[in-house]
Amino acid sequence: MPTQTEYRSELHQRQKELMVKWYERLNGAAERGSPPSVSMMISGNCVELLEGFDAVPIYPEVNALQLAIRHQSLDPILFAEEMGYAADNCAYVKADIGAYLKGITPTGGKLPKPTLVLCNFVGCNTYLKWFEHVAEFTGAPLYTLDVPFMRADDPSAADIQYVVSQLKELIKLLEQLTGRKFDYDRFKEGVRCAARVEELWSNIKHLARSVPSPFDAYFDAITFMGPLYVYRAKPEGVEFFELALRELEEKVARHEGVNDQEKFRVVIEGPPPYPHFRTFRDMFAKWKACAVASTYSTVGGLWEFGARHDPEEPFESVALHMLAHNVTNRNYLQRYEQIKRYVEEWGADGVIIHFVKSCRLFSAGQGDMRDYFTKVLGVPTLYIESDLEDPRYFSEAQLRNRIDAYFEALEHQKAHGGMVTNKAENNRQNAERSTIQ
Amino acid sequence: MITSASDCEDIISDLTFSTVREWKEQHPGDKAIAYFPVYAPVELIHAAAMLPVGLNGAGDQLDIQYADARFGSFICSIVKTTLELGLTNHLAPFDGVLFSSICDSARNLCFVMKRNFPDKYIDFLHLPHNPKSKSSTDFLVTEYRRLLEQLETLNGCHVDDDNLNEAITLYNANRALTRQLYDERARQPQLLRTSELYALVRVSNFLPVEQHTELLRRTVSDLPTRVGKQRDSIRIIVEGSFCEQPPLDLIKIIEEAGCYIVDDDFVLGPRWFLEDVPVNGDPLRSLAQSYSERAVYSSVRHDSRKPRHKELIEKVRRRRADAVILLIAKFCEPALFDYVLFKEELEKENIPHLLMEFEEKMFTFERLRTEVETFVESLLFD
Repeated sequence: MPTQTEYRSELHQRQKELMVKWYERLNGAAERGSPPSVSMMISGNCVELLEGFDAVPIYPEVNALQLAIRHQSLDPILFAEEMGYAADNCAYVKADIGAYLKGITPTGGKLPKPTLVLCNFVGCNTYLKWFEHVAEFTGAPLYTLDVPFMRADDPSAADIQYVVSQLKELIKLLEQLTGRKFDYDRFKEGVRCAARVEELWSNIKHLARSVPSPFDAYFDAITFMGPLYVYRAKPEGVEFFELALRELEEKVARHEGVNDQEKFRVVIEGPPPYPHFRTFRDMFAKWKACAVASTYSTVGGLWEFGARHDPEEPFESVALHMLAHNVTNRNYLQRYEQIKRYVEEWGADGVIIHFVKSCRLFSAGQGDMRDYFTKVLGVPTLYIESDLEDPRYFSEAQLRNRIDAYFEALEHQKAHGGMVTNKAENNRQNAERSTIQ
Repeated sequence: MITSASDCEDIISDLTFSTVREWKEQHPGDKAIAYFPVYAPVELIHAAAMLPVGLNGAGDQLDIQYADARFGSFICSIVKTTLELGLTNHLAPFDGVLFSSICDSARNLCFVMKRNFPDKYIDFLHLPHNPKSKSSTDFLVTEYRRLLEQLETLNGCHVDDDNLNEAITLYNANRALTRQLYDERARQPQLLRTSELYALVRVSNFLPVEQHTELLRRTVSDLPTRVGKQRDSIRIIVEGSFCEQPPLDLIKIIEEAGCYIVDDDFVLGPRWFLEDVPVNGDPLRSLAQSYSERAVYSSVRHDSRKPRHKELIEKVRRRRADAVILLIAKFCEPALFDYVLFKEELEKENIPHLLMEFEEKMFTFERLRTEVETFVESLLFD
């Protein structure tokens, strides 16, 4: 029997309206050639800069995940495989390219030929290939904005300078391509909006430290991602996140959780299986398990630890965002540290590692991550495998068995005490003490 | 002294890295730095008085006992064998391991290694993906300088421009000879089999550059004395094995099936500059500029000025090749992505091609043998 796991409210209605409006704008761009459109990657995107041209972003990842969540990804994937893409290539790319060549769009409306294909490379090498292919198949010009990977704790002055130089080259290129002059004041205003949105989103994430958490920071986080990436630099984005924070604060005040009774608090690592999103979610809901934090929700930006855009230094702060404040450009050990902080500060009982076949950036080495959390930190950790886009890689019975076994063990540990339970209990108490009111 | 291809083959498959151990015995206190493929600045390591050693996985010499649990399904073999070499203490002769921004799996491996081997110096080099931007050379200069400072600290030495220029000169000479041998093979493939050239180039990963240059020199001077009979073979380019290496037996099978391999992207590490790196001015800048302007293309180097599928076609024309074999390591995502555009371009140009997937640890080749034989026959009798 499916379990009721979602709440529906004004913020969901508003989210839908914003997304419809975005697709209408893209449709308009396709029909009239205006506004200019820029194909970008979600991770480390510089949507603030687009504001300076009143340009609209196209996110191929959003197209791909929309297809998957609507159970429409398999056809374009098979089409791409017939063209020569391998079974082992990222299925996001296959779905996006296949859909483009077959003329499928997520909403049935039109998508414009991008004015520019901007590969904002942040960590994911597949992005480089994906955008080369998008440029090849659409015939649109390509600019690769190279962002040095985080090989130290913090970016160096040279790293920042390198990204800023490229941002300025990008502005010149966009001026040529659009025939529009870059509006610096509007860019700065975009950065100001982004800083405000980040503050609000960060506050929302910290609400998940409450017991019970008012939302699921993995499954419900998806609702926030569209507005976050498309509208972060716009007043509509600020309004949306003000509304969302208000609604969720009210839930906290009412001690209202995601499920009728929160029994387990987990941190989830890795993207969700979009083609089986509901089924997967229900496997956790059955155990009244709530994700209090997730790494996937930091793909577009990692703000809950204090980073913000800064309108006083707009270029540098966009560069810093691309370099250091998104999970994909941060190194693997920084991700271990991020999850560790979630476990400790958000009061989690354990960690779920979801290996997705498509994404080596997320998944290559997750066995070592499990080793670290179980053996070094003593955190109960579950490792499961499927895919974020390809519906063929989802073994429902096996996943259910493993998830059930994990929570059964966790329940047993909780009931009978023991080191792990004490640790989780301490985490929970710490979280309660530090919950933002 | 190394006198034959089979000596080279022994060194290549020696997972105890005895040549490195010997070098360290002869140079007490000196250090050896291993590097993961493809584009490693060996000149910097050499200038810092250390031995650069190219890693190429473990072939079929090592049973994976631990690394599968760390890297899971759908990850290429070389990533796992490299970690396995570490976890089984095979990397003991090395004081450090260097990685670069070639792909997601190799990058994550760098940081997994960092956690598991805290006593080793492990570093990650970001090679720019936007050579079109002038700022990318400036960036790479600072990146090389950062690496050099780390190496200086590790070895307690100071490296000046003269040291760097000396290293560049040594490697230029080595690469010039390698290029000469590649050209000779394309001209007279019956005199220099690819299985021999392959071993000869790959062994450079394990030898001091001066010693390897001597070996190349002997081979170059020996070539005119060779006699070889022209066979009824097709001229092919092998593309896609720039990181994980196919088993030597597979290369031999391709040749036996009736192919003259007239160009390839095997073991690019020792030969990735297409021309000499200039030896004047600022050596770090010369090296950085050479990465942007003089580096061989591969599926892990991105330059929007010149798409790789165009480079492949040029290579086919330059070498007067009849066909292309895309020989790709299983789960190698960069090569598998490039296959799509390579295939499209090859078909546009009416150049026959064959896709073959391999794993370094494979040891039966019957299916691949049949595939390549059928391919060759279809071309010979078409």
